[in-house]
Formats: sequence, structure tokens, C-alpha cells
Amino acid sequence: MNRSKKTLRIFWVIIFITFICLIINFPQKLPIKINLGKTRWEHTFYRPELKFKLGNFDFNKNIDLKYGLDLAGGSSLLFMIDTSGVSPENLPKALESLKSKIERRINLFGVSETTVQINKQQDKYRLQIDLPGVENINDAIELIGTTAQLNFYGVIDDTIFTEATSSAEFEKSLKDININGSHLKISSVQINPNNSQPEVGLEFNNEGSKLFAQATKDFLNKRIAILLDGQLVTAPTVNTVITEGKASISGSFTSQSAKYLSIQLNAGALPLPIELIQPSQIGATLGQDSLNKGLFAGIIGLILISLFMIVNYGKLGLIADIGLIIYGLITLTLYRLIPVTLTFPGIVGFILSIGMAVDSNILIFERVKEETRLGRDWNIALETSFGRAWDSIKDANTCAIITGLILFNPFNWSFLSTSGMVRGFAVTLLLGIFVGIFTGVFVTRNLLRVFAKEKIKIKN
Amino acid sequence: MKLRPLFTAISLFLILGAILSIVFWGFKPSIDFTGGAIWEINSSKISEDNYKEIFSKNQIDLKNINSLGGNNYLLKFNDISLSQKESLNKSLKEIDQDFKELKFESLGATLGRELLEKTVFAVVLTSLFLFLFIGRRFRDFSFGTSAVLAMLHDTLILMGSFSVLGHYFGAQLDSLFVTAVLTTLSSSVHDTVVTFDRIRELKKQTYQLDWVKLSNKAVTETLTRSINNSMTIIIMLTSLVLLGGDTTRWFAAALLIGVVCGTYSSIGVAIPLVIFFKKHSKKK
Repeated sequence: MNRSKKTLRIFWVIIFITFICLIINFPQKLPIKINLGKTRWEHTFYRPELKFKLGNFDFNKNIDLKYGLDLAGGSSLLFMIDTSGVSPENLPKALESLKSKIERRINLFGVSETTVQINKQQDKYRLQIDLPGVENINDAIELIGTTAQLNFYGVIDDTIFTEATSSAEFEKSLKDININGSHLKISSVQINPNNSQPEVGLEFNNEGSKLFAQATKDFLNKRIAILLDGQLVTAPTVNTVITEGKASISGSFTSQSAKYLSIQLNAGALPLPIELIQPSQIGATLGQDSLNKGLFAGIIGLILISLFMIVNYGKLGLIADIGLIIYGLITLTLYRLIPVTLTFPGIVGFILSIGMAVDSNILIFERVKEETRLGRDWNIALETSFGRAWDSIKDANTCAIITGLILFNPFNWSFLSTSGMVRGFAVTLLLGIFVGIFTGVFVTRNLLRVFAKEKIKIKN
Repeated sequence: MKLRPLFTAISLFLILGAILSIVFWGFKPSIDFTGGAIWEINSSKISEDNYKEIFSKNQIDLKNINSLGGNNYLLKFNDISLSQKESLNKSLKEIDQDFKELKFESLGATLGRELLEKTVFAVVLTSLFLFLFIGRRFRDFSFGTSAVLAMLHDTLILMGSFSVLGHYFGAQLDSLFVTAVLTTLSSSVHDTVVTFDRIRELKKQTYQLDWVKLSNKAVTETLTRSINNSMTIIIMLTSLVLLGGDTTRWFAAALLIGVVCGTYSSIGVAIPLVIFFKKHSKKK
């Protein structure tokens, strides 16, 4: 009596979990129109937003499924990081700053859902950037790849400066006035009212303003050269002493290049130079196509498996199918909540893990068949089968988990794969295994207990 | 286990075939391994000859050009710099202003070697961990050894089949194939462990000491389960191979071969090996 009460309670918990998962996976908008003769009913259902407050904990999460580059389309860039100019003890800090500055550049550019990763391979560092939705790869490279080291120099000797033929000669004509990109407060794109050409406006911070005021005083009626990554951008003549800390760079900017430079200056110069080694790009249509095909194949496969289970195991198979639906709902919910970025190999991993989830049930049901063949009562056979099969399920799944973990490489070991594709596969496979054990054993067992009880009633 | 000589013959035949195919035909490595660039373009105006002309004008060696149907072309060439790509873009735009880049990838050859090294390492690491785990779980390292050998048998056959598929159908070895190899490791062991588990259980129940009889009983009892289970995975993967699109067709095919091999090897390789080890150790 006590036991069946417990079973019933677990049953309701399972129903509750399923219901929650259903809500989370509900389409954001579901319009329903019913036309029945004269009665017309029209209503659009919306997914309730996941926003709630629990004490200090403010829960507000975007639960849309996230798709990887291969499905959503976009660019992926792999850069080699040149670490030769930095001492080993300063390297971690420089890498961290490199990463955050590149993230800022991308954010300022307005691309969302990007991933920026630094991988170490032997002694070399690499920077992997994924930009979903960015189809013009050259723009992305231009924006990200430029170091954007901004420096100001006073021109000492104008004749050498204009007629310099070598870079050594050129440098001689300049005096470093110690103003650089780090002295900037903010940069913006402006349009010059005189010739309507785009310019990059600069606003210095306190220290920068002072230095700039001093420099414009020192070089009044002379020229100040502005260099970006060692290249001369412009060298305007100083007409007045500028004390309010504002300046603008005019050169041959297009509105786009002015925007990029201003983004780069706002995000800060890159502490380490980077060089592009592998650009790749996938069009959104191609991604959408493989997503649709993969989903279609998955659904067909699922229907066939469900039929297979019912044909082979009858009512037991039906329960297993219900378990499978719950399995699908829970995994999708986890993808949304964690969140897992879905890639095509990831979907294959998911589909494969469905197979493994079904396996638990097959193991158990084959046992049930054996036990009943030995003349055991069906209910007892069911319970012993779950107990006996558990050993096999546990061992077999542990092996799968070991492989999954090696593929996933959770500690970012440089001797194992860090490729997004392999990892995308491993993540869904691992999640699938855990959820599969839960639904294949725990959920189906309790569902069967509830329904098996009914079976006895019918018999009596 | 009357069928042991048959199994031995099948396995030897498959392994030998795999090795021969790998030695003589080798693999068709994708640019993931060799380095290089692929470019998929959609345009109604640019013809195959246009592409060839533009590439030779830009002095880039166009290695391969494939029509994918629906005005889509797949171009393969050595990896190029961005300025080179820019000038190609320009030339293509002269013919068709609105051509679409569906896919562009350019890889250096070093990345491929790295991928290969990492794969070999992952296989070794997985084998080691599984050997230790199974050995410990069954308190008997002849089980661990047999399971790992069966697993390597599957890996070898999978690689051999890809060499054959590459030779006849142009299936390429890419980074996804690496994933398939590693998955085969796990699914092969999955089946083997279930059968081993039954042997262990039977041994406890019946105090039967004859390994051949034990194995026979265990195999008969788990055979339906093994076949049924493989059927479900095979159903899933077959639908992926047939309906899943080009990107993952060969990947799904590799998984399929791996699963079928895994089911066979747990009965046809792992169990006979256990029996072999047991007999051998008795003689000592």
C-alpha cells in the first residue's frame, strides 16, 4: 500500500516534469484557428516568459534554441597569436586582455551569440572566433584582425617628414609625445561639415587632455602626425592650442572604415598581433537545408523506432515510446536551459543517444520476456528484470560516458581535440546518455508500475 | 560457440581486406587533413568554363570543380590568402554581380596533422580507460583485453570500409569521420559489456565452470536483445544516410558500419577471445 502510494507520487512528479518541459518547448507563438460551421474560434497562444524573482535571485533567461555556425550560417575565423613580443610571465594577462578586447570589438559591431576562444597547441596560441550570421567574411577580418595601435607624434622636421624615403628617416622626423590609444575616453564617427567626409572623432581622458593640450602648445603651427599600427593616417597642422581634449582624425575614410576604426579605438588596441590562418564561412541557406534534412531524418527514424518497439513488445513498447517522448522533451529543455549550441554533429549525437536510451528498455523487456517464460508472475518479472538489467545498463553506459568525456575534453587538454564539431557531438551524446538512463529506467519503471497495477485489476 | 571457426574466418577476412584496401587504395583525405580551400558558389550566370578561366587568370591552381546541381558549384584549390580571394571575388562579380558564396573554407596543412595526432591519441586513451574499467568491473583482465581487441577490430574494419568507399564512391576522410571512429569505440564496447555481464551473472547463478558452455548460454540469451537494439540504431542511422543531406551522409554511414561491426564483434570476436584466453591460461 505504502509502496503504491510512493509510485503514484513519483508518477505525478513525472507528469509535472513533462508538463514543465512542454511549456518550455512550446513555440513562442502558436496561432490556432478553428472553423466549425458557424462557430469560429481564433486564438494565438504565447509561450510564457521565463522571468521570476526568488529573493535576490533574478531569473531571466532567453530560452531559444541556439544553433551553431553550420546550421545558422556565418563565419568562423582562426587566428594565430604572435606571442613573441611578450615575456612568459605577462602572457596570461596579455591573452586575457586580447580576448576581452576582441569580444568588445565584436559586441560594439553588433554581432550577438559569438564565441571567442583561445586554444593552446604545443607552444602556439590560437584564437578561434565564431560569428553566426556574419556572411561577409572580409568585413569581419578587417574589424577583428587590425591591432589598432594608435600613436601621436609631433613633427620636428617638416621637410624630412614629407620627403622621407625610408622608415628610419621617417622616424627621425618625429618626436613621440606619449599620447596613444589608451588615453582615449571615447571615439565616434563624425561628418566633417566642410567637405561632408567621414572622420573619426576622439575624446581624450583627463591625462590625455593634459598631454594633448601640452602637445598642441609645443607644436603650435607645426604638424602632429597620427599613426595607426605604424602607418601614417593623417598629419594635420595645429592651428590653436586645444585644451578641451577633443580631436578628430580625417583621412581617406569611407563611412564604413571610419566606423571600424572608431569601434577598434573604443575597444582598445590589441595587446598582441594576430594573423589569420583559417577563414571559413557557411551560407545561411545551406545551414537551414542541412537542419531541415537532419530533423526530417530524425523524425522518420523516431517513428520507425516507436513502431518497432510496439510490434516487438506490445504494451511494454508503448510505455517505452511514452518514455521516449519524455526523453525528447527533457533533452530539448536542457538544450534550451544550459544552453547547448546545436550543430549538425550535435544533432547526430542526439539521434544516436535516442538509440542508446531505447537500448535500456530493450534490455529490460527482453528480461521480462525471459522471466515470464520461466513462469514468473508478470509483476514480479517486471521488478526483477529492472534490477537485473540495471547492472548491464550501468556498465554499458559508463563505457559510453568514458568515450563521451574523452571527446568532450572538459579540461581543454591541448593533446585532445578542441574542435567545435567533435565537442558539439560529445555534449549531446553525454546529455543524451544521462537523460536516457533517467527516462529508460526510472521513468518507464514507474509508468509500468502504475499501468501494471491496472492490468491485474482487469485480470480479476 | 560452434561457430567459432566461422567467426575467426570472417574476422580474418575482414581485417585482411581492410589492411589491403588501406595499403593499396589508401584514403581520400578531405581538406581537413591535407589543407587547402573549398568554395561553394551559387550563380546562374557563371559557367564551369568561367570558373576555370578566372582561376587561371588569377594564377590559382583549381584542382577540382564539381557541379552540385541547381547552379551550385564546388571548387577545390590550395589554401589562398584573403587578398587572392578578394581578387577572385572581383573577377566573379564582373560576370555575375549577385553570385552567392554558400561556403568558404581555407585550411593550412598543419591543422590536418594535428587532427590526426589527436585522433590517434584519443583512441589510445579511450582504449586504455575502457580496458581498465572493464578489467576492474569484471575482476578479470582477459575480459578487458578481449573487449579492447574487439573494439580495435571494429575500428580497423571501419577504416578499411572507408578506404573502399573512398575508392569507389569518393567518400572523404574528414574531422567528422574522426568522431565516428570514436563513437564506434563506445558502441562496440556497449554490446560487448552487455554480453560479458550475462556471462558473469550466469557464472554466479549456475557455478558452471566451462567457459564455452557459459558463453553459449550468454550469447543465446542476449542475442535477441543485441539484434533488436542494433536494429533501432540502424533504423535511425539509415534514415540519416538516406535523408540527412550531403554534409553528414558519410558520417552517418561510418557510424552505421561501426554499429553493425560492434554488434558482430561482441559475439564474433570478444567472446571467442575470452574463451581463447581462458583455455590458454588453463593449459599453463
